[in-house]
Amino acid sequence: MAATAPGAPGLERAQLLGLTEPEYALIVEKLAREPNEVELAMFSLMWSEHCAYKHSKKLLRTLPTEGPRVVMGPGENAGAVDVGDGLALAFKVESHNHPSAVEPFQGAATGVGGILRDIFAIGARPIAVLDSLRFGELDSDRSRYLLDRAVAGIGHYGNSIGVPTVGGEVYFEAPYEQNCLINAMCLGLADRERLIRSAATGPGNVLVLFGASTGRDGIGGASVLASAELGVGDEAKRPSVQIGDPFEEKKLLECSLELLERGLLVALQDLGAAGLTSSAAEMASKGEVGLDIDVARVPLREADMEPFEIMVSESQERMLCVVEPEHVTAVLEVCARWETRATAIGEVTEGGALRILRDGGPVGQLPVAALVDECPLYDLTPERPDAQLYPAPSGGSAPTDAGGALLALMGSSNLSSRRPVFEQYDCLVQSRTARRPEQADAAVLLLPARPGQEHPALAVSIDGNGRRVACDPYQGTIEAVLECVANLACVGAEPLGLTNCLNFGNPEKPHVAWQLSQCVRGLGDACRALGVPVVGGNVSLYNETADGPIYPTPVVGMVGELPDALRAAGLGFSREGDAIAVIGSVTPQLAGSELAKLRGEALPEQLPAPDIAAVSRAAAVVREAVRAGELSSAHDVAEGGLAVALAECCLAGQLGARVRLEAADGLEAALFGEGVGRFVVSGPCDRVQEVVGRGGGKVVGRVQGDHLQITFGPETKATAEGEIDVGVGELGQAHRTLSGTIA
Amino acid sequence: MRARVLVRPKQGILDPQGQAVERALPALGFSGVRGVHVGRLIELEVEDPSRLEEMCQRLLANPLIEDYEVQLDGTAPEGHASAAP
Amino acid sequence: MRFGVIRFPGSCDEVDAQLAAARVGEAQLLWHADPDLHGVDAVIVPGGFSYGDYLRVGAIARFAAVMESVVGFARQGGPVLGICNGFQVLCEAGLLPGALLPNVGLRFVCRQAELEVVTDRSAFTRACSRAERLSIPVKHTTGRYYAPEETLDELEAADQIVLRYAPGQNPNGSAREIAGVCNREGNVVGLMPHPEHAVDPLTGSTSGLKLFASVCEGDGVRAAA
Repeated sequence: MAATAPGAPGLERAQLLGLTEPEYALIVEKLAREPNEVELAMFSLMWSEHCAYKHSKKLLRTLPTEGPRVVMGPGENAGAVDVGDGLALAFKVESHNHPSAVEPFQGAATGVGGILRDIFAIGARPIAVLDSLRFGELDSDRSRYLLDRAVAGIGHYGNSIGVPTVGGEVYFEAPYEQNCLINAMCLGLADRERLIRSAATGPGNVLVLFGASTGRDGIGGASVLASAELGVGDEAKRPSVQIGDPFEEKKLLECSLELLERGLLVALQDLGAAGLTSSAAEMASKGEVGLDIDVARVPLREADMEPFEIMVSESQERMLCVVEPEHVTAVLEVCARWETRATAIGEVTEGGALRILRDGGPVGQLPVAALVDECPLYDLTPERPDAQLYPAPSGGSAPTDAGGALLALMGSSNLSSRRPVFEQYDCLVQSRTARRPEQADAAVLLLPARPGQEHPALAVSIDGNGRRVACDPYQGTIEAVLECVANLACVGAEPLGLTNCLNFGNPEKPHVAWQLSQCVRGLGDACRALGVPVVGGNVSLYNETADGPIYPTPVVGMVGELPDALRAAGLGFSREGDAIAVIGSVTPQLAGSELAKLRGEALPEQLPAPDIAAVSRAAAVVREAVRAGELSSAHDVAEGGLAVALAECCLAGQLGARVRLEAADGLEAALFGEGVGRFVVSGPCDRVQEVVGRGGGKVVGRVQGDHLQITFGPETKATAEGEIDVGVGELGQAHRTLSGTIA
Repeated sequence: MRARVLVRPKQGILDPQGQAVERALPALGFSGVRGVHVGRLIELEVEDPSRLEEMCQRLLANPLIEDYEVQLDGTAPEGHASAAP
Repeated sequence: MRFGVIRFPGSCDEVDAQLAAARVGEAQLLWHADPDLHGVDAVIVPGGFSYGDYLRVGAIARFAAVMESVVGFARQGGPVLGICNGFQVLCEAGLLPGALLPNVGLRFVCRQAELEVVTDRSAFTRACSRAERLSIPVKHTTGRYYAPEETLDELEAADQIVLRYAPGQNPNGSAREIAGVCNREGNVVGLMPHPEHAVDPLTGSTSGLKLFASVCEGDGVRAAA
């Protein structure tokens, strides 16, 4: 390569910004010259992993994205499915892992802010947030600090903006100690015909930036934080973390929706990672146009900002829209009414150039196509590791008697009640929440009444057990998808679509590449088998530190619909005397289970393959029974196995149960073994018998008293080893671990 | 001129934020700390500092639950304008 | 009966309050910058984070153009209900005694709360009976009701406590378990619990409906005093 041209920052600087030498050479070729400071900064962000998905795009293209209900697929700010009656449901999950590891409160808050903007950027009103969190073990001060601050940050943002947080999950595992995961999912509702795309069109149309002013926060965030491993000295990265202002976003939300309602916008896009650079480039690329942006017109928080800083700033709560010239005044008026700053900063041009001006004079010019579409995509070099990558969890103290083991599990970090977390979230605002957290397996959100349906509703679930995926990336990912299907079935909902966030380590390492490709294959196979389209997603790579990668963690968010929210089953036993049945036939395994973790047992190198069709059938039986109103409760058997599921049903309903299981060889596996595809249901005896008849399963006992009793074998047999008799109050006491830890 | 208004919870009113800080410090090895109160600091440029008192009474503080203190920039005594920095 | 629900920048529960009020009457939103109350018969100052809760909860909203009209409306005996952030605004505006401080636990708390009706003479509890139990959710970070001891004594003596948290239910450490108070005349009521989120069995309890229905009871709403 030729020596650096005068005034050009050159290769060395490009490498500091995360570009490789061949990538830099390609940029020089595309520009037919060396990039200047502004151009280089923009390329470094647009060609970062975070924006270009350069290590995952080829894999993601294998996922099924189409279906009769899909209104918007991957590529827009969020995916959307048709939910009938002229309505579309937009949804997406996104990570904010690295910013949260550095500053958990603001990292988590701005993660929520970002996913909310993605939803209203397509014209949908956000109606719910869920979150999926991973931290190191709870006995670590750092993990408790991260949990405490991240939860406070999520609450701060979601509560203040008036969008309910209706569900989520938290797991604690050692590999997340230095690299926590903060994934947030948002759902939004819109009139189907009012969804807006982000393509800038119409040369001569005006580009209006509205919302917060632009400061130096988050400069380089996308490349520095999201695309490189965090090392020692995280502290120095603190200044580039963005600060969230939910009040500004609330105004921005109402203002954006009013602008759309009045038909004043041609296109709308939020500013997220890589700020103005990414938003402008994406809008121009989709519309196949060029854009002129004058950075001197961008309202600044600090007067002395350089053009490149303005172009890459990640200041939060900003939106960019394209407006026909005759509507600019009206747009500015609506913004003024919402006390939202709005400024015309440029215009749509012919051709495909993104020109950056300062006071009218050019300071940078780049071909949009090169920025957005021509980043090199890399093939992974997956290699299955010879042995399990992850050490055995440190445990070893779990009691050996069944009752003691049950109490230990109920009090374990992964299974204890999440009440201290979800009580910090407003789950009620917007008056749609028909099932609150820990009332049912999935959140249930009311839709407006429609002809023939008084209480139609949506259901949503988010799931992803990293340890199971670490055991077996392919089967573990299938389990995560099936777990969501099972959760939806319990409230009577049928899946409509899926979004995902793939949280992995460094994909340039062969074993991480193997995890990632196995996971995507599992996701694709499960979705194809179930007929559930993937309408969007997000990838977060380089989640690793010197200690190694995190557990591979695909987080799956699934939405579904149900005809009558009144019949959505809760998970708690609700009537003394009801029969209890287990639906679905799965042979539960202890390897890779929560009990195995408590005992410090090594992770297996594979999991049994779930029978997708069988799980799907069992889910359908439960779903139909719930829809028909035949059941009093429905709960899927997940972490901790059948005994924990039964205990959860007892706790949620504050009722006991007497359960008799068939004597089997592995009593412990029967009680605590895991494997997706079983359901605990309760209801009137005759109804439950009918459901069992349809679905394959067994009546195992009845709702009774204030103890959970589990026995084995024929009724006459004397008390045997492996039997359980624990008071519901005692279960509740054990379940409250988390409140002692964080509150 | 530059002014600072310090607002803190009125004495005798339970200040859980202050208590939380007071409890956290010994855990980090800082012993011998008492009387912690968490309030807020408001910085302003004002043309007529004589109106600060009224501003505090009406908006900047809630006299029912908060005490406040006005500090003017530098050594200039309250109520006397000095050259703005 | 026509309810007007104020919308400030940062209000969150205004549409919920509008929907709840619409179950017993008509309801419309009132814009913060418009001093005209549009002839409504009752005003609801809703929950949320008006002006981002910046400076101090409720402190900025009280100076909104509409609030001056609300103060006048209240002084003439018009029924005014402040819910959560609305309660904070009414205290800041001097329509209700006391103030709301950060929860003792310092965290946002969202949970169903059991409450006891203390007075049945306020405009919003007329349909209730004394000591009646209500189940209504709370959700707030700054809900610890505070007033000096002598003020609390006066409030009790003048029958101005509207709701108390049932024993063991106080989510914020409020003085004397107070969940809601009214002015001396009983037409202005402030509550930390959210009755607008307790109007439909499908989304929770129905106790809140009684509070909205109360204000519709009898004639001469303006003569509530």
